[in-house]
Amino acid sequence: MTVEPMTAALRNSPQDGVIRTENLCRHYRMGETLIRAVDGISLEVRTGEFVALLGTSGSGKSSVLNLIAGLDRPTSGTVMVQDRNLALLSREELAKYRLHVVGMVFQSFNLIASMSLAENVELPLRFAEVDREKRGALVREALERVGLRARMNHRPSELSGGEQQRAALARALINRPQLLLADEPTGNLDSHTGSEIMDLIHQLNLQLGMTVVMVTHERALAERYAESMIFLADGKLVGDLQIEHGPDAPATAAVSIAEGQR
Amino acid sequence: MKIPDLAELALRNLRESVLRNSLTTIGISVGVASLVAMLSLGIGLQQLASRRLVKAGLFDTVLVTSRRDVRNMGREEERNGPAPGESRILDETSRLEIEHLPNVSEAYPDIRFITELRYEDKPHMSMVSALPASAKSNDAFEGMPGRFFSSDTAPEVILQKAFAAELLSKTPKPGVDDVDVASLAPPLLGRKLIMRYAQRVASSSNSSTTASPANGQSTVAGAAYSVVSREQELTIVGISDLDPESMRGPTRARVFLPLKLAESLHVMQPADLREISHAATDQPVYSSISVRVSSPKHVQPVEDTVKKMGFNTFSILDATRSLRQFFEVLDLFLGIFGSLALAVASIGIVNTLVMAILERRREIGIMKAIGASDSDVKNLFFAEAGAMGIMGGIVGVALGWAIGHVINLGTNIYLKRQSLPPEHFWAVPWWLVAFAIGFAILVSLVSGLYPAARAARLDPVQALRYE
Repeated sequence: MTVEPMTAALRNSPQDGVIRTENLCRHYRMGETLIRAVDGISLEVRTGEFVALLGTSGSGKSSVLNLIAGLDRPTSGTVMVQDRNLALLSREELAKYRLHVVGMVFQSFNLIASMSLAENVELPLRFAEVDREKRGALVREALERVGLRARMNHRPSELSGGEQQRAALARALINRPQLLLADEPTGNLDSHTGSEIMDLIHQLNLQLGMTVVMVTHERALAERYAESMIFLADGKLVGDLQIEHGPDAPATAAVSIAEGQR
Repeated sequence: MKIPDLAELALRNLRESVLRNSLTTIGISVGVASLVAMLSLGIGLQQLASRRLVKAGLFDTVLVTSRRDVRNMGREEERNGPAPGESRILDETSRLEIEHLPNVSEAYPDIRFITELRYEDKPHMSMVSALPASAKSNDAFEGMPGRFFSSDTAPEVILQKAFAAELLSKTPKPGVDDVDVASLAPPLLGRKLIMRYAQRVASSSNSSTTASPANGQSTVAGAAYSVVSREQELTIVGISDLDPESMRGPTRARVFLPLKLAESLHVMQPADLREISHAATDQPVYSSISVRVSSPKHVQPVEDTVKKMGFNTFSILDATRSLRQFFEVLDLFLGIFGSLALAVASIGIVNTLVMAILERRREIGIMKAIGASDSDVKNLFFAEAGAMGIMGGIVGVALGWAIGHVINLGTNIYLKRQSLPPEHFWAVPWWLVAFAIGFAILVSLVSGLYPAARAARLDPVQALRYE
């Protein structure tokens, strides 16, 4: 499986700090108690970087990802993505941001069950009002990229987990976003399929220079693919680590890592 | 999202839970059908009533009389304007003037007189009235045994059934107030009737003292005319079922002559005595003129113009007005009752869409996560509501039309059993079809407002967490 490089114009600009958060907070009330899901996080992700957000359940890593994705708004603090403050965008502008700047993949794939793969992948193109004539080719191309061209008319339920996640990846990339946000992308997959998906994401990161932020609780997975790891606990940033990779590092020990962490 | 995409997604979503959406759509259809059925009944009855009245010449007729006829003195319009003695005479000149007014299709004199008619050497007395050729389309003469006059001057006569019965010495049995017209016709049609009448003949000695018709005020002392007894042989050509008491104007008689024939007879009219100076000439003076207007809406302006000319007018426009008011209120009530079912159906739409939001909560979250805006989601639900409205509207109109047809058919079978002629109680005009479908879409969209807004407001993070 290979990833074809996208056009040069769509590659990210070389400037640093594509994502910057400052004192980011997301609090909400649950009955009497105030939950501090994200509590004063300041971090920076450089363009083209592969960053892993690590932490246990409830550490706030998914909440941070949702804030970066523009799915949620901070209680206080700022999220700057490509010099736009997401906290100040209107609902309509946030939708546009999600449509054009961000691609998201989830642990549970989140394909629409009633639609075929092709229709699922086409959906963001409909929202982006891309001409009908161009859409067919784009969808075929995207599914080709993830090796699912032959299954484009199948419904998600007819596919394996790995295939569904690949389709979700094709959908996330169809509008050629600069940012790929992955929330436990291998969480529902066996280790072998998981590494296939991770390889695919890694290729996108390397070949297209796409910035990737991945939430995971598997440290080994993060160590293997990410360039840096950010550790969260109780909504706070508790540490970060740069990883130096050898030239062929991602290809090794995928199985043991996955099994060891589960 | 573009409209074709919206429509496509909406239809595929509707297909996904086809049973529930079909039931909702059927609900709308039933609502629309009841609305269409109710309104088309109202419209049909209204058309039936106005068809009858228009045919009877009641809606489009203005009766014009001279103010010199002081029998009606005291009515408001007579107290205004010139005094009776100074008012114009209703003669041929004024008739032509009225006939040439805009929107007037004809103005004919009402010639009516009581005279003796002999049938098989037995004398009978009756009111005789002249009918214009346009009366042919009147309900009373259409489809009667026999036929209408062959021409406007033919020496022919149409009899009212009671007079026909009198000629045949048939008196209806007590308790039975109707004579069968069909049994009266065969022995009478084609038979001769001798009419004796008083003809007014201009006196030759006065022919030099011509009155000036322009001012109509000349009084020539010593004007004279002769009254000569005449006989006219008439052929009976038709027997009408007309009830003389239910009608007014020229049809309030038992014997009918063609108008031109009646005019040529110069029968003495009551107005001849009053206007003796005119009657002495060849110019006839009319006691009243019936003015037929091209459409009921022109009655009022024509009436106003004729009043300005100095004549009295009468029309049953007021009666028409209240009749129309009645039908408008009837239509309103029928429409309200019909709409009730549609209102219930609209609750069905709200329910279906709210259920759909709960069911598709996660889907909405996914759509938002991959870039759908609030308005995309809102429009999608709106489109689904609208699509149900369109389909419900079309099916409903078809259903309402079918219900109307069946009821019309049933009513006509009943009418046939009662030996009454078939009628159309049902009318589905095109505007009603368009209105019903439009109304169904409107109701659906209004019903979709709340669910669509609710779907659009959904928080994507929570929606994605929903299993």
